Amino acid sequence: MVGVKKNRWFAPLAIGSVLLFFYLPILIMMIFSFNDSRSLTGWSGFSTQWYEALFKDREMMKAVYTTITIALASTLVATFMGTITAIGISKSRKLIKELILTVNNFPILNPEIVTAIGLMLLFSSLSITKGFYTMLIAHIIFSTPYVILSVLPKLRQLDADTAEAALDLGATPWQALFKVIIPQIMPGVVSGALIAFTMSFDDFVISYFVTGNGVKNISILVYTMSKRINPTINALSTILVVIITFALILINVVPNMKKKERISIE
Amino acid sequence: MRKLIEFKNIVKDFNGNLVLKGINLTIHENEFVTLLGPSGCGKTTLLRILGGFIPQTSGEVYFENIEISNVPPYKREINTVFQRYALFPHMNVYDNVAFGLRIKKQSENIIKQKVEKMLKLVGLEGFGDRAVTLMSGGQQQRVAIARALVNEPMVLLLDEPLGALDLKLRKEMQHELKKIQKEVGITFIYVTHDQEEALTMSDNIVVMNNGEIQQIGGPTDIYNEPQNRFVADFIGESNIIEGTMLDDFSVSFDGATFECVDNGFTEGEEVDIVVRPEDLDIVPLEMGKMAGVVRSSLFKGVHYEIVVETEFREWIIHTTDNAEVDKRVGLHFFPEDLHIMSKLRTY
Repeated sequence: MVGVKKNRWFAPLAIGSVLLFFYLPILIMMIFSFNDSRSLTGWSGFSTQWYEALFKDREMMKAVYTTITIALASTLVATFMGTITAIGISKSRKLIKELILTVNNFPILNPEIVTAIGLMLLFSSLSITKGFYTMLIAHIIFSTPYVILSVLPKLRQLDADTAEAALDLGATPWQALFKVIIPQIMPGVVSGALIAFTMSFDDFVISYFVTGNGVKNISILVYTMSKRINPTINALSTILVVIITFALILINVVPNMKKKERISIE
Repeated sequence: MRKLIEFKNIVKDFNGNLVLKGINLTIHENEFVTLLGPSGCGKTTLLRILGGFIPQTSGEVYFENIEISNVPPYKREINTVFQRYALFPHMNVYDNVAFGLRIKKQSENIIKQKVEKMLKLVGLEGFGDRAVTLMSGGQQQRVAIARALVNEPMVLLLDEPLGALDLKLRKEMQHELKKIQKEVGITFIYVTHDQEEALTMSDNIVVMNNGEIQQIGGPTDIYNEPQNRFVADFIGESNIIEGTMLDDFSVSFDGATFECVDNGFTEGEEVDIVVRPEDLDIVPLEMGKMAGVVRSSLFKGVHYEIVVETEFREWIIHTTDNAEVDKRVGLHFFPEDLHIMSKLRTY
């Protein structure tokens, strides 16, 4: 073609700047977590004092503990409920299926603040003391629909005859569920659980409205820090980024390793 | 032979759509029974009722003289080879075959022996570690058969198991299935719409249409003595013509009277007459019982398919000798080649 010169620098440059745009903020945050001074913008030397401060800060550590417990517990319950519900939906008649799916999509499309106020009013009108358990219930409620949505496509791919085959071979309906259906939809269940966990981990709006008794997760603590933000939060965020990076590597690499193993057997 | 399964007046109604209209059928021990019919005739529905996967609307199913309608599929001594195999994709061949035995909590030692014996029987020795998703259709089929047979069921149900295989593989598997059935000595109930498959493998064939049984009999009976027009038409190619029974051993069609071997009809009864294409012979004009002109001749491998047009109709003839197109010829048949069926008689 005349006049068009292929620029072999354009593609790498484009992807490079996009990645830089994505990751520069995180990188800056990580660097400043090792800053010697209190300043969030001026570098004055390397130190690990904010990490020490973080682990000494009892309030901060309590928030971390609350966040992780609620994230784990709500993920567990939401994943179980969502998976069972998705299986039920996939076996229902078309009308019921569509009805439940619409009801399921509602909380996802609803602005979070509406769900938050709704839950707050509900707990108040039932005069339930707000605190750890109300926050846990709220997290289960808002993450279950995501689990359902991530499990359903796997169920659609599922060969319906395999469940019948399991029954035919002597498995009770429960055995068929755990030995044949769930292993086949596991990828959907795992990704649903991951979504539920992240949703719960960084939720602020709903948590803020349904908590009480001084129970705070990390988001609430940061948003409501009375003094100005200090670099301990950088240290905490850096630790989280490192954990998430390791988790992602684990999730992406382990299945591939298994696959390779299988191929090498053949 | 001992009576094993009995269907009594089975009716199945799918939302006002009558799929089975009162099926009565007895199946014996060690029989290879084929349910044969066009798609939508109810054969698979009958099989699924026996497997326990769907309930019948009315009627009873007896297994060794015990009514089993309320017994769930996992408590029936019946195993199924599904149409699309339904292998467990997350397990390898060995684990697929071992599934039923593990559910029954047999020891891994015994399971290993049984699975290996079964894989040998279906010709998949040494394939235990393979992923089922990476196997060919024929191999998956064998895994499905092994997975069902390893449980030593009293009855094996096969729902069009060879439908997805190519012609050559299908023929091979037909012989192999028959061999396996003789080896394990249990009842096979086989569903197919392929009449040749049914004739090759079965001890007994149940021909079905529109939710009703049309005829039950051995392959030769069904082929040579079809009881009605549907069976004659469905099993093999045939010339089916309408005629009138004049007297015992005498039938009239196409403006002439012919000798036949059938009796017991009322005088003047309207009947259907089947003449198989291979029973008709092309002979010189003056030696024939009918006269016509050769319209076409197709080479089919073993035989020629020749169409001869007479004054009344076109006849299909299968013969190993070719005939010249447009030539006037005679058609010859023997009295026993005319199969006479009452128009009223369904099974």
